[in-house]
Amino acid sequence: MTSRPELQAEVLQPTGTGPEDTEAPATPSTFVRRFRRNKVGVAALALLVVVVLLAVFAPWIAPHDPNQGELSRALEGPSGEYWFGTDDLGRDVLSRLIHASRVSLVAAALATGVALLIGLPLGLISGYFGGWVDNVIMRFNDALMSFPALILAVVIVGLLGPSLTNAMLAIGIVYAPRIMRVVRGSALSVREEVYVLSARATGCGAPRIIGGHVLPNILSPLVVQTTIMLGLTILAEAGLSFLGLGVQPPTASWGSILGRAFPYMGRTPTTVIVAGLTISVVVLAFNLLGDAFRDSLGRERRDQ
Amino acid sequence: MTTTPGAGAPKLRVEDLEVTFDVGRGKKLHAVDGVSFHVDEGETLGLVGESGSGKSTTGMAVLRLTEPTAGRVHLGDTEVTGLRSRRMRPLRKRMQIVFQDPYSSLDPSMTIGQQLDEPLKVHTSLSKDERRARVDEALDTVKLSTRYTTRYPNEFSGGQRQRIAIARAMILDPELVVLDEPVSALDVSTQSQIVNLLLGIQEQARTSFLFIAHDLAVVRLVSDRTAVMYLGQLVETGPSARVYDAPAHPYTAALNSAIPIPDPDRQRTRDRIVLGGDQPSPLNPPSGCRFRTRCPFAMPVCAEEVPPQHPLEGGGYAACHLHTHGPELRGGSVLQLVEGGHLTTPLVSR
Repeated sequence: MTSRPELQAEVLQPTGTGPEDTEAPATPSTFVRRFRRNKVGVAALALLVVVVLLAVFAPWIAPHDPNQGELSRALEGPSGEYWFGTDDLGRDVLSRLIHASRVSLVAAALATGVALLIGLPLGLISGYFGGWVDNVIMRFNDALMSFPALILAVVIVGLLGPSLTNAMLAIGIVYAPRIMRVVRGSALSVREEVYVLSARATGCGAPRIIGGHVLPNILSPLVVQTTIMLGLTILAEAGLSFLGLGVQPPTASWGSILGRAFPYMGRTPTTVIVAGLTISVVVLAFNLLGDAFRDSLGRERRDQ
Repeated sequence: MTTTPGAGAPKLRVEDLEVTFDVGRGKKLHAVDGVSFHVDEGETLGLVGESGSGKSTTGMAVLRLTEPTAGRVHLGDTEVTGLRSRRMRPLRKRMQIVFQDPYSSLDPSMTIGQQLDEPLKVHTSLSKDERRARVDEALDTVKLSTRYTTRYPNEFSGGQRQRIAIARAMILDPELVVLDEPVSALDVSTQSQIVNLLLGIQEQARTSFLFIAHDLAVVRLVSDRTAVMYLGQLVETGPSARVYDAPAHPYTAALNSAIPIPDPDRQRTRDRIVLGGDQPSPLNPPSGCRFRTRCPFAMPVCAEEVPPQHPLEGGGYAACHLHTHGPELRGGSVLQLVEGGHLTTPLVSR
């Protein structure tokens, strides 16, 4: 009999603790409040901020010149001077990783930007207008989606010559359908909202409705998808550079460092491990951050 | 604002309006089937009926938010139907709508100021300051503080939101406003405030209202004339007082007896017409009179002939065979029959 009041308290307590986790759409302040309580998300964000800072201040932070090596000290293991050892040309792996973060992040941003530039307007048009416009755009979308991203990038690089910019444009085009699908799906549901009907009744034209009412109301899923896509494109860039199709020497990206160290894995496994870990951790951080955004922005989450 | 040429002509004229939805496999749903009515300047026409009667679709079709399949709609001297969308948009300034649910009709991503500013941006060439003044004025009209312009809809209650929606609809000084169940989603105390607000605005601006509702008590209060819809057609129209006190169509009488009388003794002992069953599907409406399947006074003729609109004592029309067949009411009230015991089915309950 004594357990009964406790049980009741257990049931009642959580409803009192989270008044902000209601159906209400996230306003900027509720978003910050919800996000701050998501420890994984905060950690991922902190890590990414550090990576970005490292990239921005690379020349001042890196202990050595990333492109200047001493051949006599090639393929050394970790030491006090070279924390992560040296590569086959005797260059400091840590300094190269720090500098490589610039290349990898810019490449990811470029590819994601291209994907947004293509996917966002097409997705909005497709979702808002529907009908044959939607049909045409979505068939084009399906065709693009049937390409394996890396293979298409390899083809484009093969045609245009190896260059990071070409490779990332290719990746951006191939990933555009992911943005398009998310945007279209959200626009389809927002289109049916009464406030969109109300805007039509007011006499707003399609551009004003799409830009002023549809776009602001699909931002949450878009932000989530964009964050996750940054991780995906980092991975794609790493893959291309690993194969030697991305960034060209002596510039390094995380993928090219990994690729270059791969043949010497038996002698200095540190380089492969550190470069691999860097890529995995950053991609994971973007994914976790995307999930945290989804949880903090969404309407659907309610603490039981 | 009363500078319309041809004064005395109705502000809104709707003729034989039809809205048909294609529901696949060659089937068509006649949501609105040959509806005609008019609304004068500064007048309120109440449009009532059960859910599914097509009253909201009628309101949407008048504004061409739903495309009418057939029929004509005139706003003043302008024919609304058939206008290309480029010509249609300037006309939207003159006709507006207030929706039922104030929780979904305001854009959650826009501040109140932005939502009220939008119609002005679209239709006027006023400067930023002038628009700002108009927005403040509009908030003042609906008795909300002008400080609210920077807030978002989720910071407001249902009643406040509906005031904002009304302010948005009225800010361009429209000639016609369709009020699509504007108080149905609000609690009763708020309802009366909103109704009074609307009536006040109408008195000032001489706006014509098409007031759509299923709650007859509210319609009776606000509308000069009432039109009753059943399964996509008008069954009775007329001055509100006549429609409520002397209904000439059994369906109107049934709707009336659903209004509670605020006197328990009278409420308990009154004769009530209670309708059995549901509305038939508009996909496959009954032959003849569409109401006959639920009508307590149904006669053989009702299944065979579509009843014509019969003129009524006290104004208006009703589409019912009772006026020419059987008891031959000749434009009188059907309530005589409830007392006279002419029922074919015992649907009167005490």
